[in-house]
Amino acid sequence: MRGRRRLFGGLNFALRGGDLLRVTGANGSGKTSLLRILCGLLSPVCGDVRWHGDNIRSLREEYWQQLLYIGHAHAVKEELTALENLVVSCTLVGVNVSREQALEALSRLGLAGYEALPVKILSRGQQRRVTLSRLFLSEKIPLWILDEPFDALDAGAVDCVRLLIAQHLARGGGVVLTTYQQIQIENPQVQCINLDSRVN
Amino acid sequence: MFTVLRCVIYRDLLLASRRWADVLTALVFFVIVVSLFPLGVGPEPNLLRTIAPGVIWVAALLASMLSLTRMFAADYADGTLEQMLLSAAPLGAIVAAKIVAHWLVTGLLVVLIAPVLALQFDLHQPLLGTLTLSLLLGTPVLSMIGAIGAALTLGLRGGGALLSLLVLPLYVPVLIIGAGSVDMAAVGLGAEAHFLLLAALLVVAAAFAPWAAAAALRISAE
Repeated sequence: MRGRRRLFGGLNFALRGGDLLRVTGANGSGKTSLLRILCGLLSPVCGDVRWHGDNIRSLREEYWQQLLYIGHAHAVKEELTALENLVVSCTLVGVNVSREQALEALSRLGLAGYEALPVKILSRGQQRRVTLSRLFLSEKIPLWILDEPFDALDAGAVDCVRLLIAQHLARGGGVVLTTYQQIQIENPQVQCINLDSRVN
Repeated sequence: MFTVLRCVIYRDLLLASRRWADVLTALVFFVIVVSLFPLGVGPEPNLLRTIAPGVIWVAALLASMLSLTRMFAADYADGTLEQMLLSAAPLGAIVAAKIVAHWLVTGLLVVLIAPVLALQFDLHQPLLGTLTLSLLLGTPVLSMIGAIGAALTLGLRGGGALLSLLVLPLYVPVLIIGAGSVDMAAVGLGAEAHFLLLAALLVVAAAFAPWAAAAALRISAE
């Protein structure tokens, strides 16, 4: 529910280790709202979200330790450099990274040479790369929830992120993502939810 | 958890140092408001001495409020706030770290510059220490109460005006006790009772304000 409008209902799904859940739907169909509900940022009008059988609203920090959420917004500070942003955002969610690890992650997403520049002079795609470089440092986090991860990225970066997601799934992690683009991720266990057909 | 707190304080101070114009605005505002009074009221020493604590305290209140709207707004706009809501550390602790950072860049500077400004009012030497100490105890309370207001009005249209309506009445006890301590010292009675009351307010606010602001943030971010 957003305002008085019912976005979707009757959703029921379970995500196992190694599963990829792809949420599709038109603009305004509630993809981001669904992801925010899965994170616990938004509470559903009815129903609940469970993690290993427990409601996430009672688990709170215990659940959030095992969750990586990359939202539609870049969540980077324009005044800080790419490196500072990456270290701060990792520390905030409880992942301790060294300077070397952070530099390595940035260079793997093609940001070598841009680490010490303030993010505001980077392009939109580069800002997105700074955000997504967290994926390299989040191998131990079992559940990834990604809202439009491929937005504003060029083909090379899309490949890189796709590979990362495939590796995470192979490790037994779970991934929930929304995307407009037709991007194939090599994985046998793909579930799809189309929110357009869920208004009832 | 302490790593996260240190990281948030460090980040906010780093941001403030890169956006130093914002910090300077609040400080210059404080200096100008305080300086307008001797100019407007005229050079009557006794009158100036009487109004000095009140004027400086009111200006400190307004200067602290000026920067409140920015406390969570930028983090809300760029999505960093969502990451804070999903942090492994308790949100109340993160809010506490943000309050500390806010106080360091506004309250502390006001405390440091206040004795200099008090010279314009010909405040007696021993009272300068009393004024500084009362501000030192009182300004953190302002940041804490302000954080609750800032969290409640986050994302609202015209939030700035609403914020002052919410927060200013709650500042009243701090103002009365803070300015009162200097008045007490001026007439030769001890200011200890007022300091103890300010310290009590500080302790109560420190215990509850971060959690209240955290709860308000969760509601505002939905």
